[in-house]
Amino acid sequence: MHRAAFLALLSHWRRQPLQLIALLFGLAAATALWTGVQAINQEARSSYDAAASALGQGTEQRLTGEGPIPRETFIALRRAGWLVSPVVEGQVNGVTLLGVDPFTLPPMAASPNLQGDRLGAFLNNGLILANADTAPALAGYNVETAANIPDAQATMDVTTAWEVLGKTGFDYLVVTSPQPMGLPPLTEVAPGLTQVTEEAAGDIANLTRSFHLNLTAFGLLSFAVGLFIVHAAIGLAFEQRRSMFRTLRALGLPARNLTLLLAGETAVFALLAGALGVVLGYGVASMLLPGVAGTLRGLYGASVPGSLTLDLSWVLSGFAITFAGASVAAASSLWRVATLPILAPARPRAWAMASVRGRLLQAGAGALLLVISAVIIAQGEGLVAGFAMLGALLFGAALMLPFFLDLSLRAAAFVVRGVLGQWVVADTRQQVPGMSLALMALLLALAANIGVGTMVSSFRATFTGWLDQRLASELYLTAQTPAQAAALEALLDAEADATLPLRTAQARLVGAPAAILGVVDHVTYQQGWPLIEAAPDPWARMNAGEGAFINEQLWRRTGLAMGDRLELLPGWSLPIVGVYTDYGNPEGQAMVAQPELLARVPDLSPLRYAARVAPERVEDLRKAAEALGVPAGNILDQASVKRFSLDVFERTFLVTGALNVLTLGVAAIAILASLTTLASMRLPQLAPVWAMGLTRARLARLELLRAALFAALTFLFALPLGLAVAWMLLSVVNVQAFGWKLPMLAFPVEWLRLLALALLAALLAAALPAWRLGRMAPSRLLKVFADER
Amino acid sequence: MNVKALLTLLFTLVAGSFSQAQSFAGLGEDADGFALPVLGDQFVFPEDHGPHPAFRIEWWYLTANLIGADGRDYGAQWTLFRSAREPRADATWQSPQTWMGHAALTTPEAHYAAERFARGGSGQAGAVASPFAAWIDDWEMSGSDTLGELRLTARAGGFAYDLTLDAQGPLVFHGQDGHSVKSAEGQASRYYSQPFYEVTGEIETLAGPMQVTGTAWLDREYSSQPLGRTQSGWDWFAFTFPDGHRLMAFELRDSQNADYQSGSWIAPDGRVTPLQPGDFEAEPNAWTDVDGRRIPTSWSFTYPAQGVDVELTAVNPNAWNDLVFAYWEGPFRFSGTHNGTGYLEMTGYE
Repeated sequence: MHRAAFLALLSHWRRQPLQLIALLFGLAAATALWTGVQAINQEARSSYDAAASALGQGTEQRLTGEGPIPRETFIALRRAGWLVSPVVEGQVNGVTLLGVDPFTLPPMAASPNLQGDRLGAFLNNGLILANADTAPALAGYNVETAANIPDAQATMDVTTAWEVLGKTGFDYLVVTSPQPMGLPPLTEVAPGLTQVTEEAAGDIANLTRSFHLNLTAFGLLSFAVGLFIVHAAIGLAFEQRRSMFRTLRALGLPARNLTLLLAGETAVFALLAGALGVVLGYGVASMLLPGVAGTLRGLYGASVPGSLTLDLSWVLSGFAITFAGASVAAASSLWRVATLPILAPARPRAWAMASVRGRLLQAGAGALLLVISAVIIAQGEGLVAGFAMLGALLFGAALMLPFFLDLSLRAAAFVVRGVLGQWVVADTRQQVPGMSLALMALLLALAANIGVGTMVSSFRATFTGWLDQRLASELYLTAQTPAQAAALEALLDAEADATLPLRTAQARLVGAPAAILGVVDHVTYQQGWPLIEAAPDPWARMNAGEGAFINEQLWRRTGLAMGDRLELLPGWSLPIVGVYTDYGNPEGQAMVAQPELLARVPDLSPLRYAARVAPERVEDLRKAAEALGVPAGNILDQASVKRFSLDVFERTFLVTGALNVLTLGVAAIAILASLTTLASMRLPQLAPVWAMGLTRARLARLELLRAALFAALTFLFALPLGLAVAWMLLSVVNVQAFGWKLPMLAFPVEWLRLLALALLAALLAAALPAWRLGRMAPSRLLKVFADER
Repeated sequence: MNVKALLTLLFTLVAGSFSQAQSFAGLGEDADGFALPVLGDQFVFPEDHGPHPAFRIEWWYLTANLIGADGRDYGAQWTLFRSAREPRADATWQSPQTWMGHAALTTPEAHYAAERFARGGSGQAGAVASPFAAWIDDWEMSGSDTLGELRLTARAGGFAYDLTLDAQGPLVFHGQDGHSVKSAEGQASRYYSQPFYEVTGEIETLAGPMQVTGTAWLDREYSSQPLGRTQSGWDWFAFTFPDGHRLMAFELRDSQNADYQSGSWIAPDGRVTPLQPGDFEAEPNAWTDVDGRRIPTSWSFTYPAQGVDVELTAVNPNAWNDLVFAYWEGPFRFSGTHNGTGYLEMTGYE
């Protein structure tokens, strides 16, 4: 009995293969996106752990001094038993050079790979290791590629770094852990040095938390979109099998057993879809991981490998989420089966032809969610609240969609003239309940696209404009030695329109590592550093050493206000007189008058300069600087600095774009699934129209039009929703995640492109049902009139 | 790859041709450009206590059999290796000379080993003949120019020792005036020892400090191709007899030819009787699985010329130096026709 009943239930899917595909694929797609994102997060997290010991990556113990550490100090420490390893650090062409001593360097994630002939070259022939993306920036040096070196970083022997950077000592010493027992204290061996816990790139795991939360939110959204499909497919299957349930019940199958059989059916599907989803999820993760790795490197300097390792716990969690999702999607149908009166009319009405009352109820729930979202905006704090607010906004709006569609179509009925037009509008209205779940999925996908797209484009536009402004100087030069610096300064004073020596001191501001910029009094700064908050007469006060500027990150993080005193160095504090934007920098920063900074930190190596010079004279000046012995790699023009910065930026948002497209694809599948199932149920509505003389081809075209109409209406609703999402991302989530607020800009062309994409997706989804209608045997349409209904 | 593996390569002397099965630590490679030991060369002291940069590899190798205040056996090892990529000294950080230090402490239950690396020319490691000192980081062996009195220190994560050594006899030269042949092909090294030290001092583990006394043996050896090409490793024995005699014997295992044997029978006054191939026999009679390898940790040793027929048992069979160059090195006790202590080194076991 049970076997026969189960086979009878399954036979439905044989007759409705498309529905089966929609169900399985919807569940698999939901699982895939969710598990894919989880796999990426997990991979990143484990690599943070691994990188925690990598040079310049995670938290490490360092010995630092005021100015370079002499070689003798390093040797003295080693001879006293301190296990330390020297590092020389510098910049060439935007690449961070790390000179290391392979003999004492503790094992690290990004240790140089010196197999084969590389070792001798590394120690004696100036071999530099960098990854394939970074190597071109070091053209002219003896560079070989090594995949394990983080982006924009190059590793070499200390002796090579001395030569390239014109240094003789070390910038810091890495303290190996654990140290031998009974070491003499540092104050005895190297009194000038202090031991610090360096968080060069900040605490990576902490910094990137917001990014991963972002990814997780996206994964969750995709999962929800997928569940819409599953819910639609299961619900439809339930409605279509009502008569079958009645027959089975009448034959003596208890309601409880029928429910169990249906639950079993769902479990089988979940198992199948889970397997498929996990495989797809692995594919999604492998596809996205290089982009994520690029983003993390670009944004936070975190090193994550571009390849994936498979983990059993991840596979199991994939199955678990599939089962949970399928259960949620099937719950209401199962409940109805369990409580169905045995001889309930097997009226095959269109599934969930909800009453007006139901629709109003749903709209009310949606409105409530919107209110909740608004409350969170007003009251909430932190990133989680930001995402909760986004979630409430999106799902509230989704719930209100059917109401909105109905309203729009009702309004359209007044505008449309002609009998056919009236019928199309009325018929479309009639279909709103059946299509609403798929359209909600489309709405979510579109809104997310508009929101994230607007955020990224706003960011890009702001960032590009900001770079143009900030990088006002035509040439950036780094001398190798103090003597060369003096010669260079003389040259620039004579040849350039203005010379801006750059001085930076590392410090801790309000308890976190930060940089202090010492700038000279020049109009370039007033033009290139727009202040978003300022006390009266800020530049004059800053240049006179009576105040300091801080960057937006530090300002937002600390909540300091204009006039508050900021301790820059022990015993030196200044009132804050301005706040400047500083995109792309995870650290805090302060800007003070250079003479003031040099008076307190006198031995800041005066090696870096920016020069203002007429564009046509840039080349001459470059040649003159090279003639002084400044390596070509140390002379950067504006354009290459910009290119480098924008390159980092573009990589940052690669993943977001990919996830957007995937979500939209899932929504298109949802539409296809709904349309195909609705098609067969709509014959009774179409047959009379056909009988009155409308050709099947015309009907098919109208079907396509209707799909386009639905997509367009949904888009109309998605646009303000997406902009609201963008505003929340820019003004709430970004501030929490990155520490900066961005102006929101509108990009109508992108919206048009997205509208076209949505229409295309809807038309593609409607193509198959329309094509079937266009070629339907007239006898089938005729049969409608012969049916009892 | 970590830095350790990198330095493994550094010490293979000829990069890229490393294969322990072929020859331990690449010791059996060509000598291109490096000096070779010549039969008839005489040692000049104190100069020869210092480094010989023209030779490819060199070591200051000290092992000590110790007895603690608790009456139990302990062992200590202190070794400084020098290796050169090119046969020249250079006082810059780009010197082709490289240094490696090994320190180990063996107790009946535990074995601690640590290593240090340093580039030549930096001062982080080195050796000078007069006043004698050899060091890497804070591990140091220093003392009189005759090597008659030495102080030896080393310290690492879980152990430390500080020993005072006092020689009770003269330096001894192995082979012919220190020309120690290592294979039938004629590979050789310059090799001398001070096997007569008496030791007092302190060892320390996480369990706390312990006063110790005992004997110690210093080996000084330098060469440019000390192993034959097909020699895969060696077993090196150093015996301290209670009557003042010493015996050093080693067997170089060969993958293709007969194993090569050599050694020295040393009288209490320092007179050396070189051992010829076939003069002694060493047979393993118990094996220990250490670090996934089968290591012979108990031996039967016979040297009929002096009526020696003894059984050797390791104080701690797990005296495995789990370092970049992994090998077994630890103290043993022997009994049979004679009783005493000694040190055993076994390399090239895979």
